[in-house]
Amino acid sequence: MARVLETRKLCKSFGALTVAEDIDFALEDGARHALIGPNGAGKTTFVNMLTGVIRPSSGEILLAGEAITRASASARVRRGLGRTFQITTLFRSLSVLDNVALAVAEREGIARRMWRAASRYGEVKDECLALLETLGIAEDAALAAQDLPYGRQRLVEIAIALALKPKVLLLDEPAAGVPSHDSGRILEVLGTLPPDIAILVIEHDMDLVFRFASRITVLVQGQVLVEGAPEEIAADQRVRDVYLGEPARG
Amino acid sequence: MSGYTAETRIRWTEWLPWIVAIAAFFALPEYLALGARILIFILFALSLDLILGYAGIITLGHSAFFGLGAYTAGILSTKLGVNDPFLQLAAAAGAAMLLGVLTGLVILRTKGLTLLMLTLAITAILLEVANKMSSITGGADGLSGVQVNPILGLFKFDLWGKTAFLYCLAVLFIAWIFVRRLIYSPFGAMLTGIRENTTRMHAIGAPVYWRLVLVYTISATLAGIAGGLLTQVNQFVGLNVLGFEPSGELLVMLILGGVGRLYGAFVGPALYLVAQDYLAKQFPEYWYFGIGALLIVVVLFAPGGILGLADQLKQAWLAFSKPGSSAKASAR
Repeated sequence: MARVLETRKLCKSFGALTVAEDIDFALEDGARHALIGPNGAGKTTFVNMLTGVIRPSSGEILLAGEAITRASASARVRRGLGRTFQITTLFRSLSVLDNVALAVAEREGIARRMWRAASRYGEVKDECLALLETLGIAEDAALAAQDLPYGRQRLVEIAIALALKPKVLLLDEPAAGVPSHDSGRILEVLGTLPPDIAILVIEHDMDLVFRFASRITVLVQGQVLVEGAPEEIAADQRVRDVYLGEPARG
Repeated sequence: MSGYTAETRIRWTEWLPWIVAIAAFFALPEYLALGARILIFILFALSLDLILGYAGIITLGHSAFFGLGAYTAGILSTKLGVNDPFLQLAAAAGAAMLLGVLTGLVILRTKGLTLLMLTLAITAILLEVANKMSSITGGADGLSGVQVNPILGLFKFDLWGKTAFLYCLAVLFIAWIFVRRLIYSPFGAMLTGIRENTTRMHAIGAPVYWRLVLVYTISATLAGIAGGLLTQVNQFVGLNVLGFEPSGELLVMLILGGVGRLYGAFVGPALYLVAQDYLAKQFPEYWYFGIGALLIVVVLFAPGGILGLADQLKQAWLAFSKPGSSAKASAR
């Protein structure tokens, strides 16, 4: 299996504080990988380095074998690295359909066109509706994103990322803030994502992690503590000590 | 509203400004000079709405492009003897476009208050340059005696301003078609995306900075054309086209009319300039008081401007006449 996303000796320090130390990480083609770790383990820093929000102090990031360490956030997206945000980041007053359509337009390179009306691009509209259909939110297409319940806004967030047809999809706490009766729906959707997309999910919800992921990396104090199959992780004494054994999990 | 599901056919209400303009041409021949001024400021406001209302760029320096366009047309005529109206206008557009690219490349790397101050600084610099380089710009006296050849060799600028009015109307009409197209296009939808959420725009792979430079340049070009028109119509250009004051005045006009609605740029300048004309005659010393009061009333009671208020009234009427059907409409 080819590695579609890889980091080599990735480090980040803010002054004397080291928040990521020599992180070697690989995401295989079509992987269902989860990144877990207690609060302050450096998960967010790691994701921010992957997506181009912050620059690593040293080390390398490779997407499909090419270095993207210094590429801008939007350039990484154009190369196939899609993401969702921990806190829903939508075009709030635009319709759900437009939220997705803007992403399709960027992917197809039509977002710069200035003459023909956007609503004449029937193929964009059709693709968006089909995508919303697969996520079960097609009936909300005409509503403003801000008028949706939060659980459905999370699905729009995922829809936007999928509209980019990414090679790699980073899901930053996809179920964060969603009431428990709705998080099942999110898990269901995650289960139906196209198998050719490599997915890295960063999540606190252990239930979701163990049901979704076939591989788990545990990050502790800016370092990879252990990586393995869910059974191995669940059985690992070190992981139990630092993480799962904590009384307040999730 | 723009977007991928917007109805793009021209509604009958969108013809109203043009009907009003034609009607005014025949019914109010003594007000054609004011009319031409209104048309020019509508074009200027339209250019501002594109960046402020759609792309979300707040600026207090849009007069830089307006003023540069105005001076370009004036200098061409008085210093170089180029009196062709379209050449003057093209040069005004070109100069403003160039300034738009060059300043846009620098200042659009910033945002918020920094950006606001930089836009203000640019027009303040231009004002000072125009003031000091009096051999070219006429300094504080301005450039008078600007000549404009008959349009298409046929229509001379007359004393009553008939030609000037129709000429401005024609230019504005073409600009309106262009801006309207732009707003309804994928580019226009993309601009609202930048206004709504820049972070999300980056995360769908949009090179936000370059897109902003592009729309800023387009807007600057339109403002330059408006400035060129002003010089041609007045046959004069002075320092009052540059600096904070015309920028601020323009912003007030657009806010009065309604930001990000395309037609706010029509309603605002018309209301502002008519009110100014009337108040200046009635209360020559206190007319700014009237403008101020008008602005306070609009901002307090109609934050979406006159057109926002019109929308609210329409919603209220729909809710009143058809109870139950309003829930979806008011959710917008």
